[in-house]
Amino acid sequence: MLRLPPFLYLQPKTLRDALRMKQDAGPNGMYVAGGTDLYPNMKRRHQEPKTVISLAEIHALRRVTGGTKGSALSVGAGVTLTELKRHRKIRDRYPVISRTAELISTPILQNMGTLGGNLCLDTRCNYYNQSYEWRKAIHFCMKKDGDICWVAPSSPRCWAICSSDLAPVAVAIGAELTLAGPDAERVLPSQRFFHDDGITYLTKHPDEILTDVRLPAANAWDAVYWKLRRRDAFDFPVLGVAAYVHWDGSRVADARIVLGAVASYPFEIAEAAEAVVGTELEDDAIRAAADAAFKPSKPMDNADFGLAWRKHMTREYVKGALEELRKRR
Amino acid sequence: MGGGDRRQGGPTRVIGTPQRKVDAAAKVTGETLFSDDLVLPRMLYARILRSTQPHARIAHIDASAAEAIEGVKAVLTGEALPTAFGILPVSQDEHTLAVHKVRFIGDPVAAVAAVTEEIATEAIDAIQVEYEPLEPITSAEEATEKPDPRIHDYGPAGNFHKLIDLEFGDVDQGFGEAGLVREDFFFYEGSTHLPMEQHAAVASWSPDEKLTLWSSTQTPHYVHRALAKVLGLLAAHIRVVACPNGGGFGGKSDPFSHEIVVAKLAMMTGRPVKITLTREEVFYCHRGRHPTLMWVKTGVARDGSIKGMHFRTLLDGGAYGSYGVASTYYTGALQTVTYHVERYKFQGARVFTNKAPCGPKRGHGTPQPRFALEIHIDKIAEDLGIDPAELRLKHLVPAESLTANYLSVGSMGLGECIRRVTDGARWKERFRKLPLGRGVGLACSSYITGAGLAIYWNDMPHSGVQLKCDRGGGVTVFCGSTDIGQGSDSVLAYVVAEILGIEPLDLRIVTADTDLTPVDLGSYSSRVTLMTGNAAIQAAERARTILAQHAAKALEVPVDRLVFADRRVFDAEDPDNGMSFAEAVVRAEAAHGTVGTVGSYTPPNSAGRYRGAGVGPSPAYSYSAAVAEAEVDPATGIVRIPKIWIAHDVGRCINPVNVMGQVEGSVYMGLGEAVMEEMAYRSNRSVVHKMPSLLEYKSPTTLEMCDVVTYLVEDPDPAGPFGAKEVGQGPLLPIPPAIANAVYDAVGVRVDEVPLTPEKVLKALKRKAAGQEPRVGPTKFPEIPWPEPIRVPPPWEGGDGRAVSATPVTASVPEERQH
Amino acid sequence: MANRRPNPRVEAHIGFVVNGEPTEVSFAPHKTLLEVLREDLDLTGTKHGCELGECGTCTVLLDGQPVLSCLVLGIACEGRRIRTVEGMREGPHLHPLQDAFAELGAAQCGYCTPGLLLTAEALLDENSSPSRDEIKNALSGNLCRCTGYIKIYEAVELAAARMRGEDARPTAETIYGRR
Repeated sequence: MLRLPPFLYLQPKTLRDALRMKQDAGPNGMYVAGGTDLYPNMKRRHQEPKTVISLAEIHALRRVTGGTKGSALSVGAGVTLTELKRHRKIRDRYPVISRTAELISTPILQNMGTLGGNLCLDTRCNYYNQSYEWRKAIHFCMKKDGDICWVAPSSPRCWAICSSDLAPVAVAIGAELTLAGPDAERVLPSQRFFHDDGITYLTKHPDEILTDVRLPAANAWDAVYWKLRRRDAFDFPVLGVAAYVHWDGSRVADARIVLGAVASYPFEIAEAAEAVVGTELEDDAIRAAADAAFKPSKPMDNADFGLAWRKHMTREYVKGALEELRKRR
Repeated sequence: MGGGDRRQGGPTRVIGTPQRKVDAAAKVTGETLFSDDLVLPRMLYARILRSTQPHARIAHIDASAAEAIEGVKAVLTGEALPTAFGILPVSQDEHTLAVHKVRFIGDPVAAVAAVTEEIATEAIDAIQVEYEPLEPITSAEEATEKPDPRIHDYGPAGNFHKLIDLEFGDVDQGFGEAGLVREDFFFYEGSTHLPMEQHAAVASWSPDEKLTLWSSTQTPHYVHRALAKVLGLLAAHIRVVACPNGGGFGGKSDPFSHEIVVAKLAMMTGRPVKITLTREEVFYCHRGRHPTLMWVKTGVARDGSIKGMHFRTLLDGGAYGSYGVASTYYTGALQTVTYHVERYKFQGARVFTNKAPCGPKRGHGTPQPRFALEIHIDKIAEDLGIDPAELRLKHLVPAESLTANYLSVGSMGLGECIRRVTDGARWKERFRKLPLGRGVGLACSSYITGAGLAIYWNDMPHSGVQLKCDRGGGVTVFCGSTDIGQGSDSVLAYVVAEILGIEPLDLRIVTADTDLTPVDLGSYSSRVTLMTGNAAIQAAERARTILAQHAAKALEVPVDRLVFADRRVFDAEDPDNGMSFAEAVVRAEAAHGTVGTVGSYTPPNSAGRYRGAGVGPSPAYSYSAAVAEAEVDPATGIVRIPKIWIAHDVGRCINPVNVMGQVEGSVYMGLGEAVMEEMAYRSNRSVVHKMPSLLEYKSPTTLEMCDVVTYLVEDPDPAGPFGAKEVGQGPLLPIPPAIANAVYDAVGVRVDEVPLTPEKVLKALKRKAAGQEPRVGPTKFPEIPWPEPIRVPPPWEGGDGRAVSATPVTASVPEERQH
Repeated sequence: MANRRPNPRVEAHIGFVVNGEPTEVSFAPHKTLLEVLREDLDLTGTKHGCELGECGTCTVLLDGQPVLSCLVLGIACEGRRIRTVEGMREGPHLHPLQDAFAELGAAQCGYCTPGLLLTAEALLDENSSPSRDEIKNALSGNLCRCTGYIKIYEAVELAAARMRGEDARPTAETIYGRR
């Protein structure tokens, strides 16, 4: 059976202890929340921390606060996906969040995986998410143990893809992320949390802990998330479409359309949003947005399904997501 | 042969009624011990180092660093076990660990036994292997074109493993007589069994130099033979115990490297050794569905009767022989048993490639041609303007008949199956009448109930049963059969309980242990219920005869008036005049001595006497028909299958609830193959398996599984125990073509290959929109150096089952064995 | 290389409640709950199919919730409640789910069965009359290759009805197919 390599496991009760432990552990230390991403990666030797610092016992990370009278709702990064999909306030005011949580992997895994863990999910690639022996057979890749990207062998960078479902949603709705560091706390808009590189895919410093996700006050905006995958359980997205609109009456005052699983980060397509701003999401406007999203959507050959079809589906899913928003108006 | 009137329907108490399986309680409480659950004192753990090269010579192996690791107790490499093995006598082409050469990524190279699995893993990492790469052969087409480098040094030529050319009548004459001649190409992608249990084995070497192997194998008898051969031990000194299999589906039917590895490591260290394969290694064991390219040409009269059919298959065998010769024959064997085929020609080729070896997966070699044939028939029906259900019904093979290739059909319930599913699905109202995006498709099939021949030539029974009656009224049944979840242990209990008038759970069933149980060939080819069932009937009837003789004396009634029921033996005319079953045993034992009997079963001889006639004959053929409903989104190509209606002619249900389970499970596996499962390789990157994981190999979850409406058709077969035929494999066969036909009905495009992915459907839709042929699928079949055909006139042309070709037939027994 | 080797002298020692019984156990600290249950507590009823969280076979209940024991560290279970298939039986009696699985042949090879039983038990704890769709959703993280899931749904429905106190029996169609 596949087993974990030996490592030192620490289970701090406070953020401060966790930060200190990470500093002590240095680059060989890693945080773990639900473990559903890190432990498989450790078993296949993608990630080889010598010290693993669990965030599971830090109660501060599991709080849901605010959200009254038009204020933002602050959701602790340690809230599990099951809690996200069941929490009354989140379900009522942020259905896009609870619905997206419900689409992640399986109900069993949702009991383990966390909001923060999904946002920090390691980028994925068919050449990377393999055992050590398998990767040895292809002489490894630059994300781990090698020096080439097999998806784009002439490219100097890694093209592993952002496979988080909540990441494109967070960017689309303009969630803000709170990071606690050893010295200070900082708040980032979601889009600045992610970085277009398969290896350095987060701007978060390794020592920092994602503590809270602030969901903007629920008012005149609405958002939906469409997830494409082979099976309706287990599978990571091969395409995610998060669509956000701010209504001004029946008109779209503001919009954001963000694609998941087509780049190393949640890929915002401003042209697609522009195509619907000022419209009532008429068929023409939706078609224009879908076309605008289709053009720059460039899936790579590193996930399930073929590239051409995944690209084709960008148009269909953007269209579907916007039509759903129109219907919900 | 036992059975007599038990082969036919008649009033029964146990047979035909829903029963719990004898192992049900153990399975729902977690008490069943699978191989990996076994722990022995001082047990070591083994790991196998596998090739990272698809095709290479091994220049050098340096295991010194591994040997130096504390906790490592033995390191094993190929030269220690130079004897080759393989499931078929004609394909002894595997080594326990590579000798000089590796043939696919995952080929076993070296092995280690250590005190923990972690240390064993560390040790295999420390073994240095120097490879001299050879050019890999990445596809079947490439193998037909490139004789060099040869993957194996046997076979007809180059990288061909097997070439078959069989001719039953002059098909060209048939095409000449036909009103319509149609040719089609099809491709069936490879898929794997994916049992939830990863293969595991434990070996123990006793101080008196006897070996015991516990393994998750479907074929302990064949593993027993392979161990004796490779290890050079007396078979009498080897005991193989097949643990309950956590799923098999054909994937645990070969003797495997890891089984021999732990045996050898136990012999080297004097300690028990266990190995549990990782999921990735299970993908490398494979032996799954052969990717198969097919071409079929059929000539039909205007009424749809088949005048001639010519069928070609090209199988991508992967790196080793496995069951491949039999698989190749099977891709041509059963085309004739559903609809009457007047003249039939089959050409089959299997090639070696540098991929995990293919072998027998549920339906062994027949789902591929069945997919082709059932779509081909659908197209022919459309060409002729005949409803495809009516066309099939009009030309069914009659019961109790001989086919063009000399297969003896017994009971034949396909007509009833077609009627049930078409009625259930409201076929007449819906076929070609549903709105765009929704469709229904029909397909039929047939499968063997056990192979007519064993894997190696012998005159012995295929299945044996011993039965022992205890003074307390207990009955123990011993049989070599292996329960892989299909319920074979329970079948023994139901059959014996029926005959002896006791309850199934009164019995003790001992199976799959070469020391304790008489040989049964294994859980493959859907043979177990029929063969062990008949052997058990014989043993039970012999016991009943002994018990009845002495009970009749005591009760002072004629023997033929005795009834065995309700744990009693009594006078049919005066039920109060009787005794308990236990008392009957006591009286018999007192008068007769220990009450123990045996039974065995040997299938009837095949009518075909030509070379290659060994594959296809069976004591009985099951039949299935299915209607699939498809929803296809024309904008995306995404296919949803909400519902499947399936009817299966099982002859007679031994236990209907378990028959239902086999049908539903077969539909599931057929659905997976039809729409998403795929053994895919990266031919541009070292021929590495694209996705050897449970995440990326797409096995349908509850959310993909369709609703299933099942009809059990009971047309008792004279060859089956109480009339029973197989159900474990046949119901898979009609699912992929029914789905493909339903997709065509929904959106008017043909996807002539599996899996029917949304990409392919969309591509076909785009071609349709562009005015091109609305189809995705292969368009050519490579040149193959077919051998001189073996010509056998069909029965209705005066044939006697022998070949009449110029090549003299010397052997009186068919040379090719089937599995 | 050498630093990957577990040091047998470093052992974690925890106390937790396994199937209702307070239990103490020592093990190498990097072991998963799956390994601790199977290898250190001899509870081999919990099976495994991938050890990567991709099949659901190793599901156990942790404080009443189904989790994948292959991705939970044993050391993280200090003080918590674990339920495995061995704990489902009530004295000598099968749990209604176990009984219904046995009755309907919902356990074929039986390998995915322990995980499915526990997931189903957690479902019925929360929802005593789940619809077919709710059952499908709840069980969507447990792969089964034998049954096609149908007999499993029927067994969960049968057990649910009996647990609600109904005198439920399987339908004729479940057992004999549609006539």
